[in-house]
This record gives sequence, C-alpha cells and structure tokens, in this order.
Amino acid sequence: MFNFSYKTQRYLILFGFLIIPVILSLTFSYYPAISLLYYSLTDWTGLGWDMNFIGLDNYVEIFTKPEVFSTLKNNLYYLGGGLVQVVFALYFAVILTGKLKGRNGFRVALFLPYVLHSVATVIMFKNVYHMEYGSLNTLLGALGLDSWQQSWLGDKRIVNFALAFISMWKYMGLNMVIFIGALQSIPGDLYEAASIDGASGWQKFRYITLPSIRGVLELMLILTLTGALEAFDIPFVMMLGANDTSTFVIHTVNTAFKYQNFGLASAMAVVLLIMVLLFIVIQRKLLFREGRSE
Amino acid sequence: MKRERSIAMTIFNYYTLAVALFVVFFPIYSIAVGAFKTQVEYYQSGLALPDNFFNLENFKRVIDIGDLGLGFRNILIILAISVAGNIVLGTMVAYAVGRFDFKLKKAIMGMYLVAQVIPMVTTQVATFSVIQSLGAYNTMLAPILLYLGADVLQIVIYLQFVNSIPKDLDESAMIEGASLFKIYRSIIFPLLAPATATLIILKSISIYNDFYTPYLYMPKQDLKVVSTAIYSFIGPNAAQLNVISAGILIIFIPTVVLFLFMQRYIFAGVTNGAVK
Repeated sequence: MFNFSYKTQRYLILFGFLIIPVILSLTFSYYPAISLLYYSLTDWTGLGWDMNFIGLDNYVEIFTKPEVFSTLKNNLYYLGGGLVQVVFALYFAVILTGKLKGRNGFRVALFLPYVLHSVATVIMFKNVYHMEYGSLNTLLGALGLDSWQQSWLGDKRIVNFALAFISMWKYMGLNMVIFIGALQSIPGDLYEAASIDGASGWQKFRYITLPSIRGVLELMLILTLTGALEAFDIPFVMMLGANDTSTFVIHTVNTAFKYQNFGLASAMAVVLLIMVLLFIVIQRKLLFREGRSE
Repeated sequence: MKRERSIAMTIFNYYTLAVALFVVFFPIYSIAVGAFKTQVEYYQSGLALPDNFFNLENFKRVIDIGDLGLGFRNILIILAISVAGNIVLGTMVAYAVGRFDFKLKKAIMGMYLVAQVIPMVTTQVATFSVIQSLGAYNTMLAPILLYLGADVLQIVIYLQFVNSIPKDLDESAMIEGASLFKIYRSIIFPLLAPATATLIILKSISIYNDFYTPYLYMPKQDLKVVSTAIYSFIGPNAAQLNVISAGILIIFIPTVVLFLFMQRYIFAGVTNGAVK
C-alpha cells in the first residue's frame, strides 16, 4: 500500500481501520437490541430455533402479572443506596481536593474496594454478615452492642439494605475519583475571588462548586439510576434472589435461562430498556430546564 | 473565631475519613485474619489476630478445591487476547476518527454513544443467540468477542490524546514519504502509550472482575475463570468460612497489586474521562 496516492491510502485506512470495530458493534450491540424486539413478540423457548409469532401476548403477561413488577421494589433499595453514595462521594471528593495531609493515601484507600473482585467481595460480605460467626455481629458483641446484632441476611426487612450497602461500599470510591476530576477542573481564582468577597465555605460550595460540576453530577445520577435498575450481581451471587431479594434483572435472567422462556424474558428486557431510556430523557429534560432558568 | 471554625472543620474531616477507612477496611481485615486461622480457631477467636501467620493450609486447600490454578490460567488467556485486541482496535478508531474528515464520522461516533446507553444486561438474551449461532458458546471465543469491541469511554480517552498530538508531525512524515499506515504505526500508536496504560489497567480489572459473561457463556468445567471458580465455592459443596476467606484473599491480590503500582495512571485516566 506504500505506493498508493494519499487519497487512495485515506480510503484504505478509513475502511480498514473502521470495518472491524463497526462490525463488532453492529453484531454485539445493535443486532441483539433489534432482535430482542422481535423475540419479545414470539414464544421462543431458547432451546431450538422454533418460534411462533404471538404478537403482544408477552407484554400483556408482564403488565397483568403483578409478580414481575413487584421485583422492581427491590431495585429501590439500590437506588436509595446509590443516592446516599453519591452524597458521600461528593463530600469526600471535596475534602480530598482541599489542602489535607495525606490526601493521596486517602484517595487510594477509598478507591480500593472498586478494584476488588466483585464476586469475591460479595462472598466476603457473606462472611461479614454471617449470623453466628460473621465479623459484624462479633464486632457489635465486642462493643457491647449485643442488642444491635441481627440476622443480616435472614431478616426480610434488613436483607436488601445489607445488599445495597455492598454496592455503596464498592462504588463510592469510583464516584469520588470522578468527582475529584471534575473539581480539579474548576479554576482556583474563582474561589479566591469568593474568599475576598467574604463567602463562607458553604456558599462557595453552593455557588461555585455545584454549578461547575453539574454535568458530572447529572452523569452520576443517570448512572445511579440505570445501575439501580440493572442491579444483578450482588443479590444473585449472595442469595440467588431468595428471601425476597430478587431484582428485575434476576427475574429476567431466570425467566430466560431457568424457565426457558426467552420470548417473555425478551419482552421484560425491552420493558427495562424503555424504563432506562425514559428515565434518561426525563432527567435530562428536568435538569436542562432548570439550567435555562438560571 | 474563623480560625477556630476551620480547625473544627479539619478535625471533623479527619474524623469522617477515619470512619470511612474503618468501613472500607473492616471487612477486608476480617477475612484477611480469618484466612490464616484453623477451623476451630476461626469459630472461637472472633476478630483477634491469627495464632500463626504461617498457617497456609487454607490457601492450599482452596486452590485445590476451587481449581483456582485453572481459573487463573483461563482468565489470563482471555485477558491477554481481549486487551491486546482492544488496544489495537481502540487506537485505530481514534486515529481514523481523530485525523480524517469523512461523511460517516458523526454516524460512527453516534453509534458508539447510543450503544453505551443500551444496558448490556437487557440484550444478553439476544446476544446469547448470536454467540450460539457463531458457534462460540462454551468456548473462550465467546467472552473474547464480547470484550473486544471498543467502548465509548475508550474512544473518548484515546481521542483526547490523538487531538493533543500536533498534526505537524504527520505532515512532516508525509513530506518524507511515509504512508498513512506508517504514521499510525510509528507516530500515533507510540505516542498514545499513556492512554494505553490507563486502558490496560481499567479493562483488565473489569474483565477479571466480570462474572456475568463467563457464567452465561462458558459453563463448561474446563473453562472456569476466577469469577466462576469462586462462585462454585458457595454452592452445595461450600467449604468452611476460613477456607473461603483464603480464597477471597487470593483472588483479591492480583488487582490490588496492579492497582497499587499503577494508581497514578488509573486516577489520571478516570479523572480525564470525567471532565470531558
């Protein structure tokens, strides 16, 4: 190819460099997304290739059977946990961008849970939450707080909080580092000018920091929401969805692979996809409108 | 007055950091000490340090029961191929999109953006049938194909670096008669090294930690990876808590070591990606 003109080379490079990535993206993102729509209108079991077109029956089943949507209430725990986590992440990001001794060490330490293996982390917490020998109850006992000891995974009222906590524990550091990146991009003279005008720390945060990191904050809220809707690993590995911890995705995966009903599972996936898109659109609309009025 | 308040703030900040560190390290501490205890000791000694830090019995047992050696071998093969592919494809897309203007440029960038919004988990049902019809089900090809595609974060990070490389470099190379491919190979690709370092770490960690893909696409025993190997501990043949602790600790080690050595790059990569 070294003897071709630059014009020909350009075509060769563009074609040669882009064809494989584009094919991969079409095959593993777009084709599945489109065929999902088709499967959702069939009674496919996933075993052979036999499938009959049954129209909207799967969707009717989803919207008439309450047990499908009842799993969504468990996703709310992850949403709540996610929001609390964003607040903590922002707090620690703010103090770790300020002048604080050993801030790098703190950053590394708080980020650490994110790099730990996810399944092993969940199993670690299984040990921590163990009713008799778990380190959490042992710690409470040692502190004389015996009355706080719980059956963390056995009690239906507590188990989902315990699971959502794992996700906070794991992802707080990542969100914090993303916030730190955004905070560092705010020019320092803004704060100096505010100090000269006699602004308090809270005022600086409210009128300089928050507006400057708005884009990242918005991104984080979208990720929190979609992450909560898609919660899967933690309850699946810990409980296999037992004891009322099943989330929407666990229910979808079980419908597909355990109960061999790919058609219905596809319809559930489409419903989830629509929910995710809807939330993104609503959130963008709300935040943008607020942005205009300011 | 103001001074006192700022001292109080600093104390409060350190106090909250101390609490956060305790929350982060308490679970890790409890399995780390548990991993060195004998079974009787584990159930009696609570949170105390182990009697003998050289008691490696649990580690030996868990490597045997869980077939961890096999798990590490398989994930290494998958990692090496997918990460290498990722680097090649990611840099190629960034070069093509960053250096040339062409009709489909916007369409291609848009394609990656939209793909990011489609939640991976929802399309698994359909992806499963694609993998099956390619004959990749229950082979290492399945996860490799799924990990190979460049994602939008990767392209954004690479594009930022490509844009920061002056175009004069390309032009002077062209005057000397270098082909466009040669410019990619001997100018662009080497100068993208810092971004590549970030991506190697982030991708390796996310692939190593992924449970879903190997669990669904490679259920075969010989193909277990670290994720699925540890998952089988908690099945019906669950081992004792002290042995499980040892397993967790072993699995934590590779990414922790990688992270501690390379944290500078990780933080740089994540924070740069966020500002954009």
